[in-house]
Amino acid sequence: MLGIPLLQFFLFRYLPLWNAQIAFKDFNPVEGVFRSAWAGFIHFKTFFQSFYFAELIRNTLFYSFAKLLVGVPAAITLAVALAESHSKLLRKTVQTISYIPHFLSWVIMLGVLMMLLSPGNGLVNEAIKAAGGKPVAFLTTPSAFPLVVIFSDLWKELGWSAIIFMAALLGIDPVLYEAAAVEGANRLQRTRHITLPGIAPVVMVVVLLRLGTILDAGFHQIFVLYSTPVLGVADIIDTWVYRQGILDFQFSLATAVGLFKGVIGMILLILSSRLIRRLNGSALY
Amino acid sequence: MAKVLRSKEGWLFELCIDTFLILLFLVFLIPLWRVLMVSLTPTPDANDPTLGLFPPPWKWALISYKQFLSHPSFFKATYNSALILIGGVAVSLFLTVPLAYVLSIKDLPGRVFLSGLILVPFLFNPGLIPNYLTVTNLGLTDKLMAVFLPGAISVYNTYVMKSFFEGLPEELKESARIDGARELMILFRIILPLSKPILLTIGLFYGVHFWNDFFSPLLYLNRQDLQPLPILLRSILIASNLNEYVEYDAYSSASVESLKSASVLIAALPMILAYPLIQKYFTKGTLVGSIKG
Repeated sequence: MLGIPLLQFFLFRYLPLWNAQIAFKDFNPVEGVFRSAWAGFIHFKTFFQSFYFAELIRNTLFYSFAKLLVGVPAAITLAVALAESHSKLLRKTVQTISYIPHFLSWVIMLGVLMMLLSPGNGLVNEAIKAAGGKPVAFLTTPSAFPLVVIFSDLWKELGWSAIIFMAALLGIDPVLYEAAAVEGANRLQRTRHITLPGIAPVVMVVVLLRLGTILDAGFHQIFVLYSTPVLGVADIIDTWVYRQGILDFQFSLATAVGLFKGVIGMILLILSSRLIRRLNGSALY
Repeated sequence: MAKVLRSKEGWLFELCIDTFLILLFLVFLIPLWRVLMVSLTPTPDANDPTLGLFPPPWKWALISYKQFLSHPSFFKATYNSALILIGGVAVSLFLTVPLAYVLSIKDLPGRVFLSGLILVPFLFNPGLIPNYLTVTNLGLTDKLMAVFLPGAISVYNTYVMKSFFEGLPEELKESARIDGARELMILFRIILPLSKPILLTIGLFYGVHFWNDFFSPLLYLNRQDLQPLPILLRSILIASNLNEYVEYDAYSSASVESLKSASVLIAALPMILAYPLIQKYFTKGTLVGSIKG
């Protein structure tokens, strides 16, 4: 009963590993993967010495870290607020509506963002105009585009990423809160000295998991949102690989860059899961 | 005195928390509300003082929806999306269930080897191009299968399912084995009837993924008549000439924004309809996967 699943794995997970050899070749579609001529590390060298190398790495890391630094504290805040509120109706409503965007694709998000940000009649720009300001073409202005990326990701994933912290909050012993209340700690102090230390281990795991995939800066999001005017601030490794490989047929160079990312990504993933295992004794896999 | 102070402080704290949650609620509601309102007002008023959030009901009309829904490209795209959804979920479950079950057998010979076999591609992704070449070399270009076959087994989903199977009482399987049942029979007769919640959860995981996927269709489906809804929506959103995709003429029809909003909502509709189900099962499934052990 393993035959068919393993066949799928062989075809779609292991054949690509074999095809990855074109990173070290000059791939010629007519010759095929195997018969194309070897080229050594020339494509890697081309990439490392090119002017876009630094820009791609910088943009990729910028978006990853910005989303991490904005997203994790926001999700913790939401989880704590949901746990502290005494209104069940409010809790349920906010939870329900904040999970919705997680299930919408980035294409739908593009539509929503256009209705909000378009300089002609987007809601945000109408508000800016009403306040006497000049409309901003957010999606095509290099100084505004990174903000759109970071905050649209926050909007989309905030509710969903709070779930794990809410589960962690449920695991805190209520006796601790009672004891602190008896000792005279107010709500804010209880949050600061019991809740936050209580979920610290889970926060560590979440951060480490995110660090393990730090080179994935959100390909689908940027692919859908970016355009030529913002290329300099938008282009990440994945979007560049797509353009070079699929649009410009530079298969070998694009594969080399993808392979470079894959190797670093694997090292980071192994390191982060090692650390997680050491921290709380449970394995990621 | 101290008691009074404390309750007063608690009251203030709660007010702050609830205000924060209400503001957050508005932050999530307003963008979606805006899309809905724009879709319902095909001829917007440029001097609308309400910022278009509360157009008067007598201006509402469904003409944008009508123009979008009546175009043949919508039917074709929905049909393709439905095929991808059904085919994807069926094939994925068919492949994931046995794999997860075998991995959950504790004394399976070669278990370490099998886990390693599955883990290697999970840890090391050779990237877009080798995957693209694999799919095109297998002759899957312009076949709907190309959208769901390569991603039919998600390692993450397999592990979530495996940990569910591991949680089932071992005695059930043991007694069946003693009675001479083969593993395939145990899986179908004993395990699967007990696994409806996890099948639904993982089925939904896959379903949402395949319904939303726009990138695989973009890579592998070049023929216009094969394109699913997300691709049609993207074409409409970035099109300079809407005529190709919807009934549109500049004089008598709904505004471009209204048409775009209506298509966004139509494309999101199945997700929104399935949302109660999704919310119930996804939350559980996510926690099973993330904090076991």
